[in-house]
Amino acid sequence: MIAGGTSADLVTAFALPVPSLVICELLGVSYADRAEFQDRTAMMLNLGTSFEELLRVRDEMREFMLQLVAQKRAQPTDDLLSGLIHGEADPALTDDELVGIVSLLLIAGHETTANMFGLGIFALLEHPEQLDILRKDPPLIDGAIEELLRYLSIVHVGLTRVTVEPVQLGGHQIPVRAMVLISLPETNRDPDHWNEPGALDVARPRRPHLAFGHGVHQCLGQQLARVEMTLGFTELLRRLPGLRLTVAPEDVPLRIEMIVYGVHALPVAWDPPEPRR
Amino acid sequence: MTVHANATVCIGAGHCALRAPAVFDQNEDDGTVVVLDTEPDAEHEEAVREAVTLCPSRAISITER
Repeated sequence: MIAGGTSADLVTAFALPVPSLVICELLGVSYADRAEFQDRTAMMLNLGTSFEELLRVRDEMREFMLQLVAQKRAQPTDDLLSGLIHGEADPALTDDELVGIVSLLLIAGHETTANMFGLGIFALLEHPEQLDILRKDPPLIDGAIEELLRYLSIVHVGLTRVTVEPVQLGGHQIPVRAMVLISLPETNRDPDHWNEPGALDVARPRRPHLAFGHGVHQCLGQQLARVEMTLGFTELLRRLPGLRLTVAPEDVPLRIEMIVYGVHALPVAWDPPEPRR
Repeated sequence: MTVHANATVCIGAGHCALRAPAVFDQNEDDGTVVVLDTEPDAEHEEAVREAVTLCPSRAISITER
């Protein structure tokens, strides 16, 4: 990105390729296959995709994954998928199980961290005083990432549950067989839990939040995401002095039609490096 | 605070070792939990509590003194 000059779309130059490279490498997916794969993921997570299209993309994705599983069965390499196939699981994992596991990890590894980078940098550019605090005190990064996770809560839709018995929760009675939709963004701005929940405060003391969910099924990749974000945000701020938007904030295309919120593109520019003496 | 771990139910996800590296590590062979410090100092207690909630197999627990 830096070799390309002093401006770029942060999404295509950084936010998407970096988590994509990481998860492809860990799972053992050829990075060359990523474009095809990313297009399908985007369609699956687009709320506007028709049901017929969704089924077609799902079948294509399954075919892609089955081929990958077959390939790693025949020629194991040093990666997570080969480990799952040739490990000590007893009984061994079936093709269906492997396809399910890898699909989930690959999709989850692409879309989430990528959108945290895009939307996170956008949020910091829109709160220059917060960006300043972070630039002056880089060790704040760990807490700043937790705050961005809370403040942005990019998983906007999903997490539906159906009650199997009546539930009394927070002063509300939920009847049996009711569908319950849990809003992570709303929960993560609960005024009983945070002071001024609507404010982005990178120096806020760390408190538990629900950006990665809760309980035994909470995000398995959250520590990987934290490592990627710690390095990613730190290096973006360090190596891109004077980082700024090159379009008006209201012209940044937002992912309002997607299950995972974020920006479709983030046109930015930065200052050229100091000339070497 | 006293830290307990049950390596037989541990699945080696490693959340504890990443969240509270002064208190938890992972076995070199199978990645299961190893407790480095069963009576951690107060400065690590918050991280240990979070590690307990993070564990997907409920392999670690604490008792408060």
